[in-house]
Amino acid sequence: MTEAETVGVATVDADDRVRHALVADLDGGFVVLYETYQRLVFSTALRLCGRWADAEDLTAEAFLRSYRALAGYEPARIGSLQPRAWLVTILLNVWRNTQRTAARRPQSAPLEAAPDPADPGEDVERAVELGETGRELAGMLRQLPEQQRIAVVLRHVADLPITEIASVFGSPEGTVKSHISRGLQRLRELQAPAESGAPKPARRINDPANPHGDA
Amino acid sequence: MTDNDLLTNELAGLGADAPAGLLDRVAARWVRVPGPLGDLYVASTDQGIAYVRTDKVVHGEDGAFAASFRKRFARPLLPAERPPAGLGPALRTGRTSGLRFDLRGSTDFEQAVLRTALTIPKGQVRPYSWVARQVGRPRAVRAVGSALARNPVPLLIPCHRVTRSDGTIGDYVFGSEMKESLLQAEQVNLEEVRELARAGFHYIGSDTTGIVCFPTCPHGRRITAAHRHGFRSVEAAEAAGYRPCKYCRPAPEQASADREVAGSVPE
Repeated sequence: MTEAETVGVATVDADDRVRHALVADLDGGFVVLYETYQRLVFSTALRLCGRWADAEDLTAEAFLRSYRALAGYEPARIGSLQPRAWLVTILLNVWRNTQRTAARRPQSAPLEAAPDPADPGEDVERAVELGETGRELAGMLRQLPEQQRIAVVLRHVADLPITEIASVFGSPEGTVKSHISRGLQRLRELQAPAESGAPKPARRINDPANPHGDA
Repeated sequence: MTDNDLLTNELAGLGADAPAGLLDRVAARWVRVPGPLGDLYVASTDQGIAYVRTDKVVHGEDGAFAASFRKRFARPLLPAERPPAGLGPALRTGRTSGLRFDLRGSTDFEQAVLRTALTIPKGQVRPYSWVARQVGRPRAVRAVGSALARNPVPLLIPCHRVTRSDGTIGDYVFGSEMKESLLQAEQVNLEEVRELARAGFHYIGSDTTGIVCFPTCPHGRRITAAHRHGFRSVEAAEAAGYRPCKYCRPAPEQASADREVAGSVPE
């Protein structure tokens, strides 16, 4: 049995409970939906955009849109919903829209260019918990090409099975697996110099003047 | 442990719960509280009070209130544990200007009209045209009426205190009968206002103080009959040597109309 299948069995019951709750009562069911998947959606948002406050905005907007969509669905459609893949798809749409809006406003720098400690919420609440490794790894994730970053975050941070990631991407499972393995490969490459030599801030590894991270 | 396991374990550690309270950025909460004329249903968000309906309007049905909220705001509506901060005292005293409101569902113009209506003190009324002048659109009297009719938080933003210049009370979200009852409960001198309007007067002044007021201003209402004079406009009062009351702040009509026109021309 693969890891993905084990995860699948553990969460099918949760998905079912959410679908039943939504069909029985949309607003009460929405609370169940939120409580079941808030961690999935928030973790994904946080590791895609990299900032605590932006992740809060993205999560709130994604759940609001999900509610508005659900309000127009027939019970049969809700009954056949894959809630996790569906929520993540909404989140990615919200994220891409905010990126486009940000790109149209030249005065606000792209999220990737943001300096590391830009996030007080992250600093105070998470720094201790994550430790230095976590902070560095979060920074490295943001250096991956978008497809690889999304695939790695969905598979390994949000713990979504390959089949559902494939439905988010609208691609065959093989393509998703290759995004993930290439993403992991890249992360290992990024980690290597930092681990072998003296510890360095993650963002300096990609320094164009110093491509190998040598001091 | 392989490098791969190490890396995926580290990645799994990057998960995080959404901060407490994030659900309240998405969902609104509702309560039922006693109001001046029967119970009120009140919905609020993290931004403030968003929607108010009377028990009578929704026929005392929680479901009908929720349905009308969802239709207008398209947000989940959940029961609240307690009423929004300050709502109880505001309803008891009729002083609601300190409450926080969520007016995101209203246009900028509608919001300006509502904020202006919020400044009208309990027990007083102002004409639609006054509101139009206050928001800098003196000719948009009809639009003011429409904006007030769409007031999402009647009673709390007292759109019932905006009446017609001819002395009649005009329309109301919950019906003009309710508007009349509310104004009577606030002891507005409606009869007197109507009588003055029939005589063509919209302001009253005292010849002892030389101050001109709206007829519902508490200072104006203290003027004894012997010293009381009616005026058609603030201009007419000013021409007779009166100055506008600093409490109820009646404004010259022509001046503000001119300002709007002059606004587009550089001086």
